[in-house]
Formats: sequence, C-alpha cells, structure tokens
Amino acid sequence: MIRTTPFHERTSALNETGLWEHWSNCLVAQRYQMSEKFEYFAIRNAAGMFDTSPLYKYRITGGDAERFLGGVLARDPRRCAVGHAQYTLWCDDRGFVIEDGVLLHIADGEYLLTAAEPNLAYFQGLIGRLDATVEDVTEDWGVLSVQGPYARDLVAAVAPQAKDLGYFGIVRAKVAGVPVLVSRTGYTGDLGYEIWAPAADAVAVWDAVAAAGKGRGVIPFGMTALYMARIEAGLVLLDVDFHSSRFAWTDADRTTPIELGLGWMFRDLAADGGNGTAASSNGHDGHDDRAFIGAEAIKRELREKTSRWQLTGLMVDWRDYDRIYDAAGLIPPKDHTPIQDEYYVYDEGLNQLGYATSQMYSPMLQRHIALARVPLALTTPGSRVKLELPVAHRYEYFDASVTRLPLFNPQRRTA
Amino acid sequence: MAKSKSTREDRTYDAIVVGGGHNGLTNAAYLAKSGLRVLVLERRAIVGGAAITEELRPGFWFTTFSYALSLLRPDIIHDLDLVKHGFMPILMPSTFCPKEDGDYLLLGQDHGENHKEIERHSKHDADAYDAFNHDVNKVLQAIKPLLDEVPPDIFSDDPEELIRLAALGSRFRRLDRKVLHDAVRLLTGSAADFLDDYFESDILKGYLASTSIIGTKVGPYSQGSGLVLLYHLLGEHDGEFGAWAFHKQGNGGFTKVLARAAAAFGAEIKFESPVEHVITEGGRATGVALGDGSEYHAPVVVSALDPRRTFMELVDPRELPTDLVDAIRRFRFQGTSAKVNFALDGVPRYPALGDRTDQYRGFTNIGPSMEYLEHAFDDAKYGWYSKRPYLDCAIQSTVDPDMAPPGKAVMSCFVQYAPYKLRESDWDTEKQGLGDTVQATLESFFPGFGKLVLQREVRTPLDIERTVGLSEGNIFAGEFLAPQMYFFRPAPGWSQYRTPIEGYYQCGSGTHPGGCVMGAPGKLAAGQVLKDRERGRLRGVKVGGGGAGARGAAARDGNGTGRTAAPAAARG
Repeated sequence: MIRTTPFHERTSALNETGLWEHWSNCLVAQRYQMSEKFEYFAIRNAAGMFDTSPLYKYRITGGDAERFLGGVLARDPRRCAVGHAQYTLWCDDRGFVIEDGVLLHIADGEYLLTAAEPNLAYFQGLIGRLDATVEDVTEDWGVLSVQGPYARDLVAAVAPQAKDLGYFGIVRAKVAGVPVLVSRTGYTGDLGYEIWAPAADAVAVWDAVAAAGKGRGVIPFGMTALYMARIEAGLVLLDVDFHSSRFAWTDADRTTPIELGLGWMFRDLAADGGNGTAASSNGHDGHDDRAFIGAEAIKRELREKTSRWQLTGLMVDWRDYDRIYDAAGLIPPKDHTPIQDEYYVYDEGLNQLGYATSQMYSPMLQRHIALARVPLALTTPGSRVKLELPVAHRYEYFDASVTRLPLFNPQRRTA
Repeated sequence: MAKSKSTREDRTYDAIVVGGGHNGLTNAAYLAKSGLRVLVLERRAIVGGAAITEELRPGFWFTTFSYALSLLRPDIIHDLDLVKHGFMPILMPSTFCPKEDGDYLLLGQDHGENHKEIERHSKHDADAYDAFNHDVNKVLQAIKPLLDEVPPDIFSDDPEELIRLAALGSRFRRLDRKVLHDAVRLLTGSAADFLDDYFESDILKGYLASTSIIGTKVGPYSQGSGLVLLYHLLGEHDGEFGAWAFHKQGNGGFTKVLARAAAAFGAEIKFESPVEHVITEGGRATGVALGDGSEYHAPVVVSALDPRRTFMELVDPRELPTDLVDAIRRFRFQGTSAKVNFALDGVPRYPALGDRTDQYRGFTNIGPSMEYLEHAFDDAKYGWYSKRPYLDCAIQSTVDPDMAPPGKAVMSCFVQYAPYKLRESDWDTEKQGLGDTVQATLESFFPGFGKLVLQREVRTPLDIERTVGLSEGNIFAGEFLAPQMYFFRPAPGWSQYRTPIEGYYQCGSGTHPGGCVMGAPGKLAAGQVLKDRERGRLRGVKVGGGGAGARGAAARDGNGTGRTAAPAAARG
C-alpha cells in the first residue's frame, strides 16, 4: 500500500500533473506543473521547495555513538562537531561503498544519519558491546528542502537563527511555532537548506516557507528537476552512479569512494601513502587513525593507486553533436530530461574505456553533460573521449572532454 | 592603470569597433580572442545598444527596448565562453493569447495539453498545428545554415565566390521539393496565405501571424510577411525552433555578459566616446575621430552602427561608389514599433482565469486574429499609430523574480504599429497618446489593469533613434524585406561585411543575417577581418610581424585549428 509524506496535504494540492513517483513506498511528485524545466530554473534562479521526507533517517545515540560511527563511516565523524553536518559514506571491509548519506551531529552523543535504502540491520549488527543505539526515525520527520539563490532569505524569514548558518551547519529553530532543525544541506549543488520538522507539524513549516516565498517565484519542484540539478552538481545517486556493495553480484558493480571521486574524504588518512593531494589545512590535530570498516583497503588503494577508474564529468563537444545530428538529417535535440542509464565511453579507436551513468542537456551550461567512469589516465580535465549515443537507430560516437566535477558550482553554494 | 598623458602609441589598436551594442561586443570579443588589441567606442555610458536593462524605479528593472532572446547563434555562446560570464537564458514555459470575447488560448510545454487547448477553439487545428510545425521545421532546418555563413558575392568573378554560390545552389537542389516550395512560399508570400493553408481558428492564426509583422511595416496579409515569420521562427531556445528565452536580468543582462567576455579576451571598452567620423588616408581606414577631437588609430575599423550611419555619417559618401550610396539612401528603415513598459503593483488578472497567474510565464500576445493585426496595420499605412495595437507583452518578473520587488511586477510591451513618421504630427506630441492607447488596450483585456500601474515608460521610434541611434527607430537596423536581405543586406555587392574603404568593415544588424540579438553579423564580420589579415589583404598590416600581430598569430596557434577564431573562414 503506497504511503504519503507528512507534506502530502500540500504537495497533492500543488501537483497539477497527477504524476507521482514512488520513493521508498511514498508518493513524491515527479513534477508539479507541465514544465519540469521551469521548476529547475526556480532552483537556479529563485528558490524551489522539495519534499525530501522519504529518505531513510537513523538516530544514533549513546556514550559511544561517536566511536560507533567512527568505526562504521569512512569519513571521520570526529571532525563533525555538534551543530555540524557531514556528507559521508560507509564501506565494506574491502573498501567498496555501501551507501552515502548526511550525518548530522545534533547534540552531544546524538546524531542523525540519512540513507537511501534500509540499513538498520547492518548498523545494529555492528554495535557489539558499544554504548550506542541506532533507531529508524524515518517517519518521525518531514524534511522540507529549500534550494536556490533565495533560500537564505526564505529560511531567515521563517527561522532567523538560521540566517548565518555556514555550509553544512545545523541549528535548532522554531518555524511557525514548530521546533525544527535547519541544516544547510541539499542535493542540488546550490545554496540550500533542509528543514527537519516533526512529522505531525510539518505542514505548518511548509506553509510558513511558502508564505515567505510568495510573490518571489518560489515554487515546489519534483524529482525530475532534482535529478537535473544533482547531475550538474555531480552528486551521485545510488543504483544509478553506483551500487551498494552489500547487494552487488560482482566487483564490476562495486565502487570505491576514490573511484567515485570522493578521495578528498581521506586527506587525513594519508599518513602512510597519500593520494597525492596536499595535506589538509583545516587544523585538525592529527591524522585519521581510526580502524573503520574498509580503512585498510582504502589506504592500500591510495598507496598503490589501484583505483580502476574515476567518476568524472563529461562535456559533449557541441559542434560534433550538431554535426552528427545534421548528418543524420535531424534537428539536434537539446533535451534536459535526465537519462540515468548506462552509455559507453570509447577512445578514438572505439575501444571501450568506461561508461557514463547519468547524462542530460544542461540548460545552465548549454551543453550535453554526463557523469562517467573513465580510466585514471584520462581524468585530467580536457582529456578527449567518445560518448556512444543512439542517433537514428544506430550508435554514433560524440566527442566529449573530461571535466572536473561539479560541472555547475555557484559561489553561493558555500558562501 | 590610467596614464597621465596619452601618446599616439596608447591610442593605437589593431582594431576599433564603433558601437557597443550586442554586435559590436560580439565582434570585439571574437577579434580580441584571436589576439588583436581591440577598442570598443560606445557613445553612451552603458553597453548594449538596444539590448539594455535599466532600473528606472528602485527595484524595478525595465528592458527598455529589446526584451527576449531567441536568435542568438549558439556557437557564439560557446566560442566566447559566455556561460562562464553569466549567460543564463531562462525558459518561458507558456504563451498566453487573450481573446476579445474573454476566452483565451494558452499554450505550454505539454504536447497533449496543447492539443486539447487548441481543440477548444478548433478540433481541426490540433493536428494541423503539428503539421504546420513539422513543415516549418523542415524549412527552418534547410535555411538555418545560412545564418552562420557569409553570403556568397553573386557579383564577383572570384572563383572562391563562384564555388560558394554553387554550393548554395546545390544545397537547395538537394532539398525535398515540398520543403523548397514551402521555403519560397514563406520567403515571398504572406503569412496569412501560409497559415490559412493549415488553420481555421482565428486565435491560433492571430498568435502565429503576430510573429510575421514584428519590427516590419507589413501586415499579415502583406506579401513579405512570410519572410518575417520565417526569420523569427529561425530562433531557438535549447534546440527548439521558434522558442524564446528570457535572459537573466533581461537583454541588458545578456549584453553585460558579452561585455565581460570581450573584456576577458582583452578588448577595451570606452564609454561616452561618440565617434564623429572614421579617419581615412588614401582610400583606407586608419582610425576614428571622436566628437571632442581626440583620435584613435587602427588599421581596422568596424562599424556596428546601422547602414545609414555606417556609410552616410561615419565616412564621407563622396568617398564611396555612387551605386552604394544610392542603395543605402533607398534602404528602408521606417521604424514601426514602440515599447511601453510598466512597473506594476501586482500581476493583472484575466477574468476567465480567476486568480490564476501562471499564464504570464511567457509572452502574452495581444493579437487575437489576423484581422485584428491587419486593422492595426491599416492605421500605420496612413501615417498613424494603431488605435488597437498589437502588443507582445511579457511580465518578466514572473520568470526572473529579481526584476521587481516581491509581489510587484515589471511588464514589457512591444507595440505595433507606431510608424516613425506621423501624419501631421510628431512623436514628441503623441508620445503619451500612444501610452494611453496601449494602456486602454490592456485595460480592455485585463479589467483593472490601470489601477496596478505604478509607472509607465513610453519609447517611441523617435526615442529609439535618439537613445540608441538606430535610424528611424528601426529595431533591426533596416527592415526585413526581401530586397534588403542576404546578398542585398545592406546593399548589392556589400553583403560580406567589407566596405569600399579598405580596413573599414560593417557588423551591425543592417548586415546579414539581420537583427533580433542574433550576434551573427558581429561574428561573421570578425571572421572576415581575420581572413583579410591572414591573407595580408590589409595594407600595412603584417601578421606575425611583431607586436600585436605576433600576439594574434600566437593565439591562433594556441587555438590549434583556428576554427573558433574565424568561424566564417573555416566554413567558407
């Protein structure tokens, strides 16, 4: 039986299309109006509201909560002080990614962790003798994501305490009398916040934000616009850009954090090898000496440079794109609809190099872009590859150049 | 950086561009990208020419003249790295066409929804609309490459030109006969005849025919309106023919992006520097003199002004061939459009839609039938502005909320017809009369509109001429009439951006392909300048011979192919 989110009373009234997707068995709007592209532009040019409630949420508490998380999560949670959040992931003991999520350190000995899929049994099975409890609090919260250049104004209007919140900061506030958590997080690569409200009172929070945005072009956006934004931002999606190592059949479907382009998470882990990047300058007093799951494998990968490939951005050469379509007698389509499927990447001699996992035409970048796995030798920005795409019922090979992620990265995102 | 004393040396450039409108900036950016030391001289204190956005009331940003983007050539976006400098064309997801009886046609992004909406007016017209779009897109596909190429010189015996002419002929010979026939019908006939082949609904025909009169003194029933229709449909937004976008901060926002790109390539822009004339020595251009007597020198001078100013004002017509002077004298400007822009206290309501306001996220087209448009034209034929004008409105703050304070709105109204020459009166007298007429027209469609008006800004053709410098206020720097297009724009034999004066070039919208914030003239003219430098056609210019020339050569080497630097040369 399909379920609804705490904001459903509002989202259902606003969804003019009747198009819904099922996300963790919840109804979420695919798009609210006929043009998902207009919703996308709200994210990039005003602000959009997104119901992100179906995401799994775990509450981790206890005197050993930090120690527990330190042993499970690949990124060092000791670097995440109270009032801060951290993009993180967890690996298996071979250093392959299981999932990613955002860790919120909301109080001493109390964390929230998001996940795309259920992980409770996995986490609970790792507690052992530690004083730590993991509970699934997914349905306790309605989470309203407010993303775009106006997001700070909107959040400041409903929760003045959040006005000066730094990137990945968290603050407790009251919105319309409802106690909430505000985190400066999101999945759009833009300036953005997420407001965590008790499920029963979530609608009041939606209304307050909507009222603050009235007359300013603030609209709700659905999954399609979200996917557009996240591809531009180079934010990976489970079961599209990577798969959970727990459920992969072969290593070809597994990926390491470094292969996903997240090697920066291990700057402090580099004591005995290093990944070639400069030492962290954020003032931490020492190296990351944790024995977290996958640490040895990750260190070995860094040391021996055994990564098989790396996720990177691709920008398709627009002249080549137009040329190929023109030659086929077609008008070159510039379709922003995200294609979250595999397409192959080749060298000049049409030997397969890797594959793209997500692609679209980016209205902001005015190019066809992709997230793709390429061999390490080709990760240098500007490296040339060919992207295989069907044109007129046959495959054609489009010139593309490797581009550093994120492909779209406005200053306001972190400012 | 400012030097205390100007010497001849620091007033010497590789190229001087006269006019900082979008074509001047585009031209300067391409030349600078190729390593030339480029100076842009702009008469006003802002860049953009007719593509400007002004805060005429605190918090309210007006697109005073040009107001949307479609025909801009996509290669310019990439060649000039415009995205890096803030290029941002925002989707306008709908078109709203009110009717005089209170009904409306509202087209949007959903194909099926558009069918049903058209069926409300005519069941016949739903698939006819698809057929029309399919047929026209075929024509657009065939014609589009012409926008990005220098027209062949049909009067030249140069073998290269003959080859290009043959290539053009062969391209059209390869076309499907229906496509070619449709193309000729559109290029020579009336929009009304073409639309009548497909549709029976007045509102749909009115909406489509509106595009056939923009900026030109024709009505939808006039022969020649088909060409104007076709021209506008050649525009695109993200690959969709005929679609328009609203650039962030309006077209003034766009020209600021262009200026940043030009500056990033090293072009220098000087404001409040009206060029008085081009300096010539022995039949070639050597620089320009400003109104204050100061001079700047360069072996290349590019005029981004319209043909009349380029040939009759910046240089002495006595230096030019008589037939060219005669052709320019007969070149039709006769501006026929005006703008009335509003600051509004809120978004107007359309009675049939109650409190709905999402219909304003694109153009609102006040041209409910071809007859309405033709009647509007009738007034202009006899020297007066339309009593019930055609209006192309856009409440731009619905697309870019930064254009107006929260809850308020700015509305741009393109008005036609407003002929430059009024019978027995003048625009200084009639300016507010035009504003009142436009406002009354809007009031008739949107009852209560007048109560929302916080400020009204009227710009007549005379204002366009005075402020922007476009002769007779023609928004395209010369009308879109067949004898003024392609081989003949702006004059027979002078459609390749050169002039009879060596080193003096033209790159304004009065050259091929024309106006509409397309940038193609600026780009193609830059290609010609670079080609002439390469071939040493410009006397006194040594390529790679040291100084700026060496920089130019180095930059071209850096480009590898030179393709981006000189697109016209590469394709030609």
